[in-house]
Amino acid sequence: MEQAKGAAVVIIGGGVTGLSAGWWLARSGVDVLVLEKSIVGWEASGRNGGGATHVYSPFGLEEQRLWPQMDELLGYPTEHQPYRIGVALSEAQLALARRWAEIGETRGFKWELLDRQQLKELVPIVGDNAIGGTYLHFGGHANPQRTVQAYAWALQDHGGRILQHTTVTGLTMRGGRVTAVETTQGAFGADTVIIAAGPQTGLFANMLGVSLPLAPARVEMIATEPLPLLRHGGVGGNGLYGRQTLRGNLVYGGGPHEWINVPDMATPDHPNTPLVRNLARRLAELLPGAAHLRVIRAWGGIVENTPDGLPVIDRLSSPDNVILATMSSVGFGLSPAAGKGISELVMHGRCLFADLSALALSRFADTPPDWRERAGWIPTNAPVAETAAGGSL
Amino acid sequence: MTVDKRSIADKAPRPERHVAVVVVGAGAAGVAAAIEAARAGVEVLLIDENPVDNDMMAMDVPLYFGQRMQPSVRNRALMMERVVETNPALAEAHEAGVDVQLGTYVWGAFVNGPTVRELPGPMLGLADDRRSWLVGYDRLIVAAGARDVAIGFPGWERAGAMGANGAVSLLTRYRALGSQRMVIVGSGDLGLRTAALALESGVAVAGIVEVTNAVRGDEEIARSLASRGVPFYTAHTIREARGRVGEIESVVLVQIDGNLKPVPGSEREIACDTVCLALGLAPNVEILHLVGAHLVFDSGLGGWIPELNDQMQTSVPTVFAAGDCTGVHDGMLADPEIARTQGRLAGHVAAESLGAAPGQEAGQRRADITPHIPLPHRGRGPQFELSGAATRRGLSRSEGAVYTYWQQWLQSLIHAGGWEVNICQCEEVTRRELVDVKPPRYLKWESPQMEARSLDTMLHDGPVNQDQIKRLTRAGMGPCQSRRCREQVGLLLALAAGTSIDRIPLPSFRPPIRPLPLNVLWPTDEPPAMREDWVSWFGIPTQFSPHWEAGMAIAEPTAQTRLILSDE
Repeated sequence: MEQAKGAAVVIIGGGVTGLSAGWWLARSGVDVLVLEKSIVGWEASGRNGGGATHVYSPFGLEEQRLWPQMDELLGYPTEHQPYRIGVALSEAQLALARRWAEIGETRGFKWELLDRQQLKELVPIVGDNAIGGTYLHFGGHANPQRTVQAYAWALQDHGGRILQHTTVTGLTMRGGRVTAVETTQGAFGADTVIIAAGPQTGLFANMLGVSLPLAPARVEMIATEPLPLLRHGGVGGNGLYGRQTLRGNLVYGGGPHEWINVPDMATPDHPNTPLVRNLARRLAELLPGAAHLRVIRAWGGIVENTPDGLPVIDRLSSPDNVILATMSSVGFGLSPAAGKGISELVMHGRCLFADLSALALSRFADTPPDWRERAGWIPTNAPVAETAAGGSL
Repeated sequence: MTVDKRSIADKAPRPERHVAVVVVGAGAAGVAAAIEAARAGVEVLLIDENPVDNDMMAMDVPLYFGQRMQPSVRNRALMMERVVETNPALAEAHEAGVDVQLGTYVWGAFVNGPTVRELPGPMLGLADDRRSWLVGYDRLIVAAGARDVAIGFPGWERAGAMGANGAVSLLTRYRALGSQRMVIVGSGDLGLRTAALALESGVAVAGIVEVTNAVRGDEEIARSLASRGVPFYTAHTIREARGRVGEIESVVLVQIDGNLKPVPGSEREIACDTVCLALGLAPNVEILHLVGAHLVFDSGLGGWIPELNDQMQTSVPTVFAAGDCTGVHDGMLADPEIARTQGRLAGHVAAESLGAAPGQEAGQRRADITPHIPLPHRGRGPQFELSGAATRRGLSRSEGAVYTYWQQWLQSLIHAGGWEVNICQCEEVTRRELVDVKPPRYLKWESPQMEARSLDTMLHDGPVNQDQIKRLTRAGMGPCQSRRCREQVGLLLALAAGTSIDRIPLPSFRPPIRPLPLNVLWPTDEPPAMREDWVSWFGIPTQFSPHWEAGMAIAEPTAQTRLILSDE
């Protein structure tokens, strides 16, 4: 096989976190190579709610500062739109929406409490079942599919490289460091390795003798036919996350997830289940004026969670040239800031704009091996009649 | 054991009914399968979506109806009568004890797999115009038919551009085709038979257009059509369809040379209200894809088809397929007995696999069917044998290679109509925008970086992938669920990328495979736990807590709980 050309920084995983980190590094002049087993952003990075409102996070302020600039910085459209509206159908939902708004207020952002009438003026398809809502003058949303491709292209524009359809099969260790990443297309030498492989991140950590507790799960979304654009597309509530796209489609997800196992490096299927019906109901309740809209698509995605649901962004102590990066199922919106933070971790040894100590791997040092069983974060026992893909005849 | 209350663990969907054998599609193959299985003594549910709701028809779903439905299609009771009346085999099925449900859509098929373990068993999502429900099955027989392949030309957005299967459906099942005078595009058996049917039904046929140099279909039918005054325009293509206020009033044809390019001055305008595309049919494999059946590409059979064994069984042992959805060729149009025989075999083997009709009787019955069964479906390549009428007519395999034929049409239409033609009507994406991988026009995006990107630059990063192009251009993302553009997008991408279409991975199908309203799709049988425990994300209290407030946790409220802050 032809000698594969390594890079100063090799990134395992062409999802939104790895691509953003790679783009930030490339635009700083660092030689980067992204290895992706299928197509960039093909997994949860390209199929999610597109929300960009995570001010509670250590990356939150930078997320809010960066998103409005991303189109210009990248040179490609992300469809980022500002503002969020929270619709509440019950007192409990209103309390949650307020809490979210107040967290933003703590960080210096403005918001308004809306009564039903004010809410309907902003979102005419809200119904009389709504009791009120919140109008956040911060946060927003973007198009995940367009954004992941934008990161990838912009990374290339800065001289970075992406190898798609390239599966990582192993890590070469020498002198206590990872010196090369082995793939189906040959081995790539690396000074630093970033592992941002989504649900598979834990498998790579295992190869290094490091335990990174992650539980993968499947989640689902639905999309309707377009309707005329609302003033703000970032409308959520009633246990749903999502948005109206700039094309006009309502795209929403939420509800129960299914814990699964991702046994290997293969690209998992992510089928839908009858949950699409339950999603349809929640959406019609949230926006009764849109109940007649047709659902034209649904999809599923596989995401991973750490035991506390918070990211692990950390440079390992041994081998000391490896950075683990999982966003624990909340990666898209935070990606401009998370990628920047990771790039600073590579270039400066620490994130310059935020304290990432809350995201250190060491917090799971005492997590027992059977933590998933204890939490009930394990696959449902498939019943006996498992005739789906091949019962006996 | 701990159960995560926010997970699906204790709220998996339960079908409202379980049936031993479900047959999807009440065409020749489906009805035959249902009758065969019922006679073997198993419970059979036969589902067909006809009569299709008028609003769905207006979206060109499931067939390319081209707005040429007469107003009578709004009369559901009348249409129900006609669908029953025009398909006498339905009565036979009813007699045999088959539960026949008409006007019922299959919008989803759900099975367990590596990343879905929750289901109590395989099930279908069904719906009528009012509600949706789930039905479990032991065996599934898919006889979902085939769909028209469309290739666009200037003006094809106008009402009156339609597909031959759509026209045939309106003429035969509904007796409600609202055309007076049609031009038919394509002179294979599909086009010729559609023309003959149109004439019989009192619709004038103003011409049959053929891109190749000779009429392709059955000579006898062609002669008969010619003798009735139908003009044939071989070595011609479409320049445009014209008309005021969105209706087709004429079509302009142009002669083409050996390079598929228009011959200057050869334009000819023909008055018509309908341009009926009879380019070919694509098997309806959505359900088969959703259940995970292995699909293979066969240009001689319309593209992606299920891999079957000699008992019409797919790679998923519980799922069978029969009729046009297993691959369609001219022989099948000529002789519905081919589809019927496939259906009977599928019905028989499905029933037998459930322990019905055991013993000698079954062996005898299968022997009765098998010798007659044409099997054009045993995978691909050299094993392929044309069958029945097609063999008798001496068709060779290469003549059946529809994708080569479709490429000829596409190239001639590009030469005659240009690159600024919508390839995706729903999302208004032109051919040029597709191969330039342009972001949609409504973004009004311009940048030098974007300008430098195209299909060519994407090919440096990997082989062409229709789903990826779809995400970026939105071609195929509209309410018709890519029924009008799927094949032509594939053809154009193959042409532009210099690859063959069978090397482009099958673009995905996602449920719902019929565009159903939220308030039809929504469940009325939701388990209480679904509502009680519903949260927007995982319900991990620390996930969205402010990082500067140590110990803070926010439990998202459910229907049963209020917002809980753990520092309270």
